[in-house]
Amino acid sequence: MDFQLTEEQGELCEGMRTLLAGRFGPERLRAAVAAPALDRALWRELGAAGLFALRLPEADGGVGLGLPEAVLLFEETGRALLPGPLIACHLLAGRLDGVATGERIVGLTEVPGGPGVWEHPDECAELVVLPGGDGGPVRVLRPDAAADVPRPSSVDPLTPLAPVPAGAGEALPGPAPEVRRMRREAALLTAAQQLGSAVRTVEKAVAYARVREQFGAPIGAFQAVKHLCAGMLVRAETARAAVYAAAVTESEDEAYAAKLLADDAAVRNARDCLQVHGGMGFTWEAEIHLHLKRAWWRAECWGSARETEERLAVGLLTG
Amino acid sequence: MDLTYTDEEEEFRAGLRRWLATALPALPPPPDPHDWPGRRAYDTAWQRMLYDAGYAGLHWPADAGGRGATPTQHLIFLEETELAGAPYVGANFVGLLHAGPTLAAEGTPEQRARWLPPILRGDEIWCQGFSEPDAGSDLAALRTRAVRDGDDYVVTGSKIWTSHAEVADWCELLVRTDPDAPRHRGITWLAMPMDAPGVTVRPLRTLAGSTEFAEVFLDGVRIPAAHRVGAENDGWRVTMVTLSFERGTAFVGEVVACRRVLGAVARTARDNGRWDDAVLRRRLGRLAAEFTALWRLTQWNVGAAQRGGGVPGTGASVFKLRYSHARQELYDAAAEVLGAGALDADHAWVAARLSSLSYTIAAGTSQIQRNIVAERILGLPKGR
Repeated sequence: MDFQLTEEQGELCEGMRTLLAGRFGPERLRAAVAAPALDRALWRELGAAGLFALRLPEADGGVGLGLPEAVLLFEETGRALLPGPLIACHLLAGRLDGVATGERIVGLTEVPGGPGVWEHPDECAELVVLPGGDGGPVRVLRPDAAADVPRPSSVDPLTPLAPVPAGAGEALPGPAPEVRRMRREAALLTAAQQLGSAVRTVEKAVAYARVREQFGAPIGAFQAVKHLCAGMLVRAETARAAVYAAAVTESEDEAYAAKLLADDAAVRNARDCLQVHGGMGFTWEAEIHLHLKRAWWRAECWGSARETEERLAVGLLTG
Repeated sequence: MDLTYTDEEEEFRAGLRRWLATALPALPPPPDPHDWPGRRAYDTAWQRMLYDAGYAGLHWPADAGGRGATPTQHLIFLEETELAGAPYVGANFVGLLHAGPTLAAEGTPEQRARWLPPILRGDEIWCQGFSEPDAGSDLAALRTRAVRDGDDYVVTGSKIWTSHAEVADWCELLVRTDPDAPRHRGITWLAMPMDAPGVTVRPLRTLAGSTEFAEVFLDGVRIPAAHRVGAENDGWRVTMVTLSFERGTAFVGEVVACRRVLGAVARTARDNGRWDDAVLRRRLGRLAAEFTALWRLTQWNVGAAQRGGGVPGTGASVFKLRYSHARQELYDAAAEVLGAGALDADHAWVAARLSSLSYTIAAGTSQIQRNIVAERILGLPKGR
């Protein structure tokens, strides 16, 4: 047993973090908030970096890596607040032409059971719908055909939403996908993004608490603030162990349990980060609200607390 | 990231299981929890069985008489002994987990030869004389005074929260030898025989009604200077060295046990009708996620120990903060399932609920742990 990152895994994280810091730094983030539009060039770069084709076999033009590596990369995307249907494209790479390279951007949701709305940037013209429960075909919808449907406004400028369109759509090409596995992997990769966000908000809170002075001292010297920050780290590190382990074991219960803890870590850490920042935390300029709103959205996707807690409770009776 | 045990690790597990299957039926029935001499006899007999089978001091270095096992083997040992229902370390706790490793790291060859083998064989029991009435979280404020007189130190003061004091042979004692030095630099580590004249033990009753620990009064107790481990006034460092023995395995058995209890709580709820309450079900479901994560966090910490030779005490703080809270939540949920039975003093879950209250206090309160995490991991400034 060696439950730690390998050297290669560490380098992989580092590479993605560097790429995102260069291509999606604070200024680009602010620009994305001001004018939400997916950066197609960045999307293609992510394709070239292998984010979408990561787990496709090398023979099919993929990178040939596994779920643990995918989790590490998606953690970085959550950390950077990178918007867009990244997980959808990762899971659909190899199923729809052009997705693996980042040329084509597709969304993914489940009906029934999902949030009822989907993340719908203007650049994304297709939505793949997984059947809820256990049965039914996987459908591809092209919501542009129903462009007159009003879009709900979204509190998160980085998460444009649209109602899941009605209609049968077309069947997803190729052999029937393993829907249950896709859902589980979507949950786990979402959890990885939540983890990245939770780690990032600890860092932001700590950085601020070290420099912001009140009563003649950095506020981080006061135990009331210190203990908030310590609690944030405990949440993030516990979620990390759960998320990484679920990637290794590929257990369904562990994936949803990991998401439950990562959702909690992301939402509560963003809240505490906001609190540590005081009035600044309540402003539009501070990026903290973006972490919080995105964490709220992710918490509702691919396994909410309601569903997961009930699922795990039942597991206690049988396991 | 690899959660698969190697062939060698699985072989170790299989050998241990075979031994446990033959050893455990040979154990006498466990003693009454209030019978301390009986508990000592039981715990030390188990330690002797471990010794004879080659499992004593598994995590101790080989040159101290241990097996020099890897952190992963230690994890497996603790997991398997818990799953098999083997006795806990009990009265051997301080000797095996603190005083022994301290002696192994800092003792002279003579001191190691004198004290380590009896710990491993279960012949001698150690207790810990660190905390004092006015030195709890602020341990370096300790005032028990030791004055050199010829070949002896003469010790006067009092210690508190000393577990197993009534049945211990030795006490790892922190004393102040230089009251004028900065607080951390005037402390010395001594091995005190508990039968020395001037040692008085007064049991303290816990809120659970038991006498888990005691106050120890020291009135002119003479301790040979040869019982000093490390240099005079270097006792703080000597004590902290043991923290480098931390391997993230401190609560392995308990996490395994908590997962089992959680399943039993759920089944009890199903049988008594409380399962119909969605609030309770969701609470239990969240606890299931919690204890799964705590198990994985343990494996993660063990992985760090295996890589680096030790878990920073800080990783242990993260774990302890989360685990102590989760344990309290578990037994609060168990009490809700028991309903009116939640006050039944004879129910194991009720006893565990009471004892769980000490988890956020003992071995560093949650508040002190948060200070440690904030200052040593996150690098926030020291303050008050």
